[in-house]
Amino acid sequence: MSRTSPIAKVYLFLVFAFLYAPIFYLIFYSFNSGGTMSSFDGFTLEHYGAVFQDNRLMVIVINTVLVALLSALLSSAIGVLGAVGIIFIQRKKYRQTLLTMNNILIVSPDVIIGASLLILFTLIGIKLGFASVLIAHVAFSVPIVVLMVLPKLQEMNQSYIDAALDLGASKRDIFTKVILPYIQPGVFAGFFLALTYSLDDFAVTFFVTGNGFSTLSVEIYSMARAGITLTINALSGILFIVTFVLVLGYYALSNKMKSPIRAGVPK
Amino acid sequence: MSTNRGKFVYLTPYLAWILLFVIAPIALVVYYSLLDIQGNFSLENYQNFFTSIYFQLTISSFWYAFLITIFTLLIAYPTAYWLTKTKHKQLWLLLIIVPSWINLLLKTYAFIGIFGQNGPINDGFKQLGLDRLQILYTDFSFIFVSVYIFIPFMILPIFNALDKLNPTLIDASSDLGSTKWQTFRRVIFPLTTNGVKVGIQAVFIPSLSLFMITRLIAGNKVITLGTAIEQQFLVTQNWGMGSTIAVFLIIFMFIVMFITNGKDKGGNGIESN
Repeated sequence: MSRTSPIAKVYLFLVFAFLYAPIFYLIFYSFNSGGTMSSFDGFTLEHYGAVFQDNRLMVIVINTVLVALLSALLSSAIGVLGAVGIIFIQRKKYRQTLLTMNNILIVSPDVIIGASLLILFTLIGIKLGFASVLIAHVAFSVPIVVLMVLPKLQEMNQSYIDAALDLGASKRDIFTKVILPYIQPGVFAGFFLALTYSLDDFAVTFFVTGNGFSTLSVEIYSMARAGITLTINALSGILFIVTFVLVLGYYALSNKMKSPIRAGVPK
Repeated sequence: MSTNRGKFVYLTPYLAWILLFVIAPIALVVYYSLLDIQGNFSLENYQNFFTSIYFQLTISSFWYAFLITIFTLLIAYPTAYWLTKTKHKQLWLLLIIVPSWINLLLKTYAFIGIFGQNGPINDGFKQLGLDRLQILYTDFSFIFVSVYIFIPFMILPIFNALDKLNPTLIDASSDLGSTKWQTFRRVIFPLTTNGVKVGIQAVFIPSLSLFMITRLIAGNKVITLGTAIEQQFLVTQNWGMGSTIAVFLIIFMFIVMFITNGKDKGGNGIESN
């Protein structure tokens, strides 16, 4: 017996159509030989060519990916250490305080993070550009990593650590040979989310990027403000494919590890 | 167990992070909100906030955020509900999430084309023999695009709440003679309010602070708190006033969190935007 009624099917279909229509609309016009998003004149790949020939754009793509990889790596390191530290705290009150602090940055609107970091960087004299953007991305990625790693640590049996201690393991051994392998799926999920948040971020970056440095989001914003260019459409086509491949890869991996996908909402 | 020293080795970088990027920024925003343009201490910004257009702006920003949240919830709840009934629900859920991973600005940009004078919507109107409408740069377009952006963030927590619901409760309800609607109203909805609350958190606060959508889609017709902060910080360069508005946004954020957090012991995660 099918549990979905025809009304449900139609409704779900409409929601899917609604969610995907703008994206496919963008991609459709990326092949338009005319210069607009309103009349389709003929098929062309020239806009895709334009993306790859635009050296400035290529530099920005490399910057964006570099910032994402570095910030995901750094925030994973800080976040994992932090999560392990939080677990070791015995007093519940202190633990709760740290977790509240952790969540503040997650619920903070991007403009607040951006504006306050702009003040901070200006005061302590960090030049706006690559460094400030990287630090800002690390700043907002750390709490995500912590939240992805904590549940794994909580379900880990304390006696593993006790057993390792009894067997003479050093603290470093306990961390690298007992804890890390156990929480690996959480670390992986945290790293991946940090990566996607960094790639996606616009508002925070917009505040702390100087004149000389730009990421893809900021660049798309200034291009879009200037009006319609089909280069953006071609870019969106490429990004859609990349995202889709990444998501499918993540889905396959997380299925393999039997931890259901939670996409940003930690359990 | 002598993990005490080790504890601090782990915690040091993390505590440094909290100090630098959680406590210091909030303290700085509060400090700057107390400075006037000349850099002197004063309550001028707060006075201005309540007496000028900013107060009105706050109200309208709230109204927009409220409308966006309501519409998002109305679309998302049935979607989440029916999604849990599908066969490969995790896969379908993933497909709902995929658009949220497409760059926000690209999705917003798409609507510049769709809502434009010669876009498909206006073409449709023309086919029907109607006049072309100005859709772009209106309240409607702002709310529409925002709802579009936020739908996945509302579906996800509601889906998770519905998915965790014990199906025997629904069977029990129908065994006791409730209609489908009664079961929904008395059993399903009350048991999934935590998901709804997380969803509201994920939509309401960001709706107060969106500024790229207002700039790209709403022209300058809609000004949210976020737009005002961006304006003060990056255009007018009045960091004091910008910080004052930011302080209010932070206060509202805590109020919304307090109202929607409830007594959820499960430590339900909070969605980021």
